Amino acid sequence: MSTAMDAAATRPMATAKLAAALKDALGTALLTLGLAVPILALRTEQNISNELILQPRWGYVAIAVALAFSARFLYLVAPAAPARPRMLSLPRGFGRVLSAVLLMVLLLYPLIALALTGKAGAVKWIDNFGIQILIYIMLGWGLNIVVGLAGLLDLGYVAFYAVGAYAYALLATSDPVKSFMADWIGAGFWPLWAFWICLPVAGLMAAFWGILLGFPVLRLRGDYLAIVTLAFGEIIRLVLINWVPVTNGYAGVSGIPRPSFFGLPFNDSEGGFAAVFGLEFTPLYRTIFLFYLIVALALLTNWVTLRLRRLPIGRAWEALREDEIACRSLGINTTNTKLTAFAIGAGFGGFAGSFFAARQGFISPESFTFMESAVVLSIVVLGGMGSQLGVAIAAFVMIGGTEILRELDWLKRIFGPEFEPTQYRMLLFGLAMVLLMIWRPRGLIAFRAPSIFLRERRLVRAEMVKEGHG
Amino acid sequence: MHASGPPLLTVEHLSMRFGGLIAVDDLSFSAGRGEITAIIGPNGAGKTTVFNCITGFYKPTSGRLLLSLGEAASAADIAALTATGRRSGATAAGAIFLLERMPDHEIAARARVARTFQNIRLFPGMTVLENLIVAQHNALMAASGWTVLGLFGARRYVEAEARAVERAKHWLDRVALTERADDPAGDLPYGAQRRLEIARAMCTEPALLCLDEPAAGLNPRESAELTDFLKSIQTEHGTSILLIEHDMSVVMGISDHVVVLEYGQKISDGPPDHVRNDPKVIAAYLGVEDEEVAEVEAEIAR
Repeated sequence: MSTAMDAAATRPMATAKLAAALKDALGTALLTLGLAVPILALRTEQNISNELILQPRWGYVAIAVALAFSARFLYLVAPAAPARPRMLSLPRGFGRVLSAVLLMVLLLYPLIALALTGKAGAVKWIDNFGIQILIYIMLGWGLNIVVGLAGLLDLGYVAFYAVGAYAYALLATSDPVKSFMADWIGAGFWPLWAFWICLPVAGLMAAFWGILLGFPVLRLRGDYLAIVTLAFGEIIRLVLINWVPVTNGYAGVSGIPRPSFFGLPFNDSEGGFAAVFGLEFTPLYRTIFLFYLIVALALLTNWVTLRLRRLPIGRAWEALREDEIACRSLGINTTNTKLTAFAIGAGFGGFAGSFFAARQGFISPESFTFMESAVVLSIVVLGGMGSQLGVAIAAFVMIGGTEILRELDWLKRIFGPEFEPTQYRMLLFGLAMVLLMIWRPRGLIAFRAPSIFLRERRLVRAEMVKEGHG
Repeated sequence: MHASGPPLLTVEHLSMRFGGLIAVDDLSFSAGRGEITAIIGPNGAGKTTVFNCITGFYKPTSGRLLLSLGEAASAADIAALTATGRRSGATAAGAIFLLERMPDHEIAARARVARTFQNIRLFPGMTVLENLIVAQHNALMAASGWTVLGLFGARRYVEAEARAVERAKHWLDRVALTERADDPAGDLPYGAQRRLEIARAMCTEPALLCLDEPAAGLNPRESAELTDFLKSIQTEHGTSILLIEHDMSVVMGISDHVVVLEYGQKISDGPPDHVRNDPKVIAAYLGVEDEEVAEVEAEIAR
């Protein structure tokens, strides 16, 4: 009886819902039409006699409107997702198994790439994909300390990346240092060992600059902090451009020594890596070595972060993100806590920067624009603030995704020879961010794992966790 | 119950101005060692401002806030410390602190003053246990060798953390939150959050516990439980308590000493019975005309 009544009552409700969705979707379609007409409908092109001719593209407008309409409609009529539990219990050892599997894949990746694509193709896959993504994973993990754990919104993270890169590049190519080392140890020493000596120096230098930035912004919170850190990033870049006698300005620093295999250079000389190990010389070895080097650096970042989270300093960072005043009432020195977050985050940025310089062999201020900060920050935000795995996934998707666009030449067969998939990079980037923020406003991994537990490790839903405003 | 000897906290001529507004005007009172002292008064009387001055969140415009740990400090010691620019000094058997000179986190860490807030300030995204562990930050920080030793899993830190968990368990037990130890603090019901905030403050092992309206928003049963809990803190741990409260059943039930503020000035000071019958206090709370105060005074005199 009651079920029949329910069914009878549900039918008009469903129709009403459908009608409302249709109305809403029509509105969206109209809005898209309004936007698409000026952007897509008309295109000016030069013909052979240098005249501008208008080329109507109403087909594109129709496609955009249809897409917007159907997407909105489907989104509205789709059955609501069941409410997710406020807490999530994971089976014991799940995290450990997952990280072991991911680590195995990571370590075997160069060999898999080599097996699948051969020596010629493997360089691209290891370098452009593997190393590139790992650099951003490392940067994301470094920034995660500042933004995700301590809740300090930093829009100028690229400054520390730049400090690390230039610290290595300038020290390694500096004539006084070279001649000093040649006089004291021997001519061959510095080019081989420069990277290994400068790597910690670059990290310390970046950490030092992190503290320098930290002092003036201690009292700032939220938007103000973001603006000042953004300005700091720009200041560093402008100094690099304009301090020509030291940094060589726009021309950049070239001839940066490449890292050696702990003293063995990657060349075809007698004492080179290939000759010593009785292998046939190929530049691939350097790429593979660089891959494992960045894996080691990224894993170091991850290990330190995970350890720090279980130490008082890491808990103080998270407490700072949650409530700064409560921290002070418990005797936590918030000044030191903020400065250590800035310094350690910056230090990892510096390591990544000096690796970047060593990998490229050439750096210029163009590599350290605000766009880099924005990409790293969006990796942290999309990944789920504070989540190491989320950051890694976000970096993989965002950087890997933009790199994969270069591989989509077959799309030209569909859209014509003038179609350049890479030009849509930023558009797709933005679209992905908008979609993710709708679907998962707190990032991909929207759970916080507690640093200590009494009986059971239950993940905390991100809704409970503060985003930090200072 | 009434501990003898000189007070733990002595507030002398405390004034706090915000521009033209005088929130606290030449206030002097003291909080006895091992006693529960309540500060009451109508809304806007400056009670929370006094708290913020004591705990260092505000820098007082003028006045001296003296806290002495251990044996009582001699007047000469106090005068000597005040004359120097220093924040604290060691005495024959203890230490004295001039709170008005110290930053907030130092007051909590060195002078051992802990506080709770009128609008609860927990770390909502951290678990109940984590809240209590964060409260033991300074001890754990030292044990972790300022992070360096802890990073490599030094035994000293592991043991210190185990002790910290034990202390947290003790307080979880006391506030009946053991079952919820692994839940986020923001998920707790209101009354439990109030209890957790007190437990968190107690985890810092304070000499003086400052509670800003601990019974606000609690039902009568919870208020009664709170009263018992505060009593037990006082008797078992010897912690002195300074309390702002509007719930008179709580105030009159547990206070050894009540200070009444109105418009930033002290209008009464003494044991609960004395304050309860003070015509000035009655007038302040009921807002009667001056003539009526005189009448009431006359009646009491009779």
